[in-house]
Amino acid sequence: MALYSEKVMDHFRNPRNVGVIEDADGIGEVGNAKCGDIMKMYLKIDGDVITDVKFETFGCGSAIASSSMATELIKGKPVSEALKLTNKAVAEALDGLPAYKLHCSVLAEEAIKKALQDYYERNGIDYDRSQFPQCETCGHCGD
Amino acid sequence: MANRTIYLDNAATTKMSKTAINAMLPYFDGIYGNPSSLHSAGQAAAEALQEARERIAVCLGCTAKEITFTSGGSEADNQAIRSAAKLGERKGKKHIISTKIEHHAVLHTLKKLESEGFSVTLLDVDENGLVSAKQVADAITADTCLVTVMFANNEIGTIEPIREIGSVCREKGVLFHTDAVQAAGHLPIDVNEQNIDLLSLSAHKFHGPKGIGALYARKGVALTTLIEGGAQERGKRAGTENLPAIMGMAAALEEACASMGETAKRLTALRDRLIAGLSEIPHGILNGDRTRRLPGNVSFCFEGIEGESLLLLLDDKGVCASSGSACTSGSLDPSHVLLAIGRVHDVAHGSLRLTLSEETTEEEIDYTIEAVREVVGYLRNMSPVWRDLQSGKREFIIK
Repeated sequence: MALYSEKVMDHFRNPRNVGVIEDADGIGEVGNAKCGDIMKMYLKIDGDVITDVKFETFGCGSAIASSSMATELIKGKPVSEALKLTNKAVAEALDGLPAYKLHCSVLAEEAIKKALQDYYERNGIDYDRSQFPQCETCGHCGD
Repeated sequence: MANRTIYLDNAATTKMSKTAINAMLPYFDGIYGNPSSLHSAGQAAAEALQEARERIAVCLGCTAKEITFTSGGSEADNQAIRSAAKLGERKGKKHIISTKIEHHAVLHTLKKLESEGFSVTLLDVDENGLVSAKQVADAITADTCLVTVMFANNEIGTIEPIREIGSVCREKGVLFHTDAVQAAGHLPIDVNEQNIDLLSLSAHKFHGPKGIGALYARKGVALTTLIEGGAQERGKRAGTENLPAIMGMAAALEEACASMGETAKRLTALRDRLIAGLSEIPHGILNGDRTRRLPGNVSFCFEGIEGESLLLLLDDKGVCASSGSACTSGSLDPSHVLLAIGRVHDVAHGSLRLTLSEETTEEEIDYTIEAVREVVGYLRNMSPVWRDLQSGKREFIIK
């Protein structure tokens, strides 16, 4: 289908890092089933480095591809770098998404940030709250 | 990716039949005159046009004069509703009754009329998608000028009690329109016996060409012109007639009607085999009525997954299907039809529609059951919703 780029289809058909990390150091879940997409990210963090990342996604092709790409972009990276991940970077790495699917890349960014926030909270690490979305700010669902 | 194609999206459009294609060919470079021209080339075309009109009328049980050619089902729906609204307005009647599961060609036209001062009642349907004649009777007021109820639903396949609804309308002196786009060529239609005043159909849903349809309007029901210009279609629809498409439509409809009983019997068996196979997938549910159902329609919702990814992966396996999920429509809400039969958003996103044709084989049905089973299982395995359902953190909606 020409709806998506080859990159999106590749990550959709062969998603990287699908699964669960049982002893994750940070978990983030965003979206809701009512809107048709939920993403859950699991992080394993050693020192300051994201040593492993896994995801589970309920959603459309671009939601699955965005999750997969986002995990690839932060795996093995320092936390400080993962924090800088933007939805735009996810969409660009996928060679673009249709306009009405851009919220999928927003969800991927937010899921990772939420997992990092969870990691900070669990470990009592002080962090700059303004760097994190207050809630699900994508505005996709209206609730 | 797949080395085969199993086309199960016949409610979206069908492959043209050889009969229909052959019926069209002489009208491209042989009898290509304009039916409005006085010369012999034009008159030959005019004769063919008249003959096609008569053949289509026979299939619907009406007269040729009651048939107006349109660009398709949407235009026919627009024109039928606009016409009835205009007739009502002249008598000071500005109330229209319809249902929540109509096609957007009907719903959006009604929305527009609402903004122009009409009041619209959209009747609820039951959990199988059925509306009753009693509901219609109860909703009719002295102000009602039109009842429009689809013959059969395009998403869930439910067949509405058209004759009974028509009878109620006849009794109360209200015009009755039915969008028969999914029914024409698939279910028996007789506009007199079924008390229908206005009926829309579209050729490409019964193996005819795209871009052509027809509107039946009972004698005495004056149509409003949507497209102004020449005097074609007795001034009700301007524009040179698309004669090749009209000939194709006539041939396709005749062919479909001639083999209807046999086709319906075969498709119903295949449909029921598919329903039985998909019913074995846990936490899935059939949408629409089990028996009052189009012979070729199968519609399911599977909990814990989303429809678009299901379609893409089925396509990889060669199965062309359709879904009512929000993500496939480009809107935020899943199908209004699935919501109307009581599917909550979470479940409606995981919908799958498979619509069969005369060419569908038993082997294809069995392959499709296996493909759906595999893909649903695969997607559930990566779904956090499914994990929560399995662990009991979230409650199953479909038991």
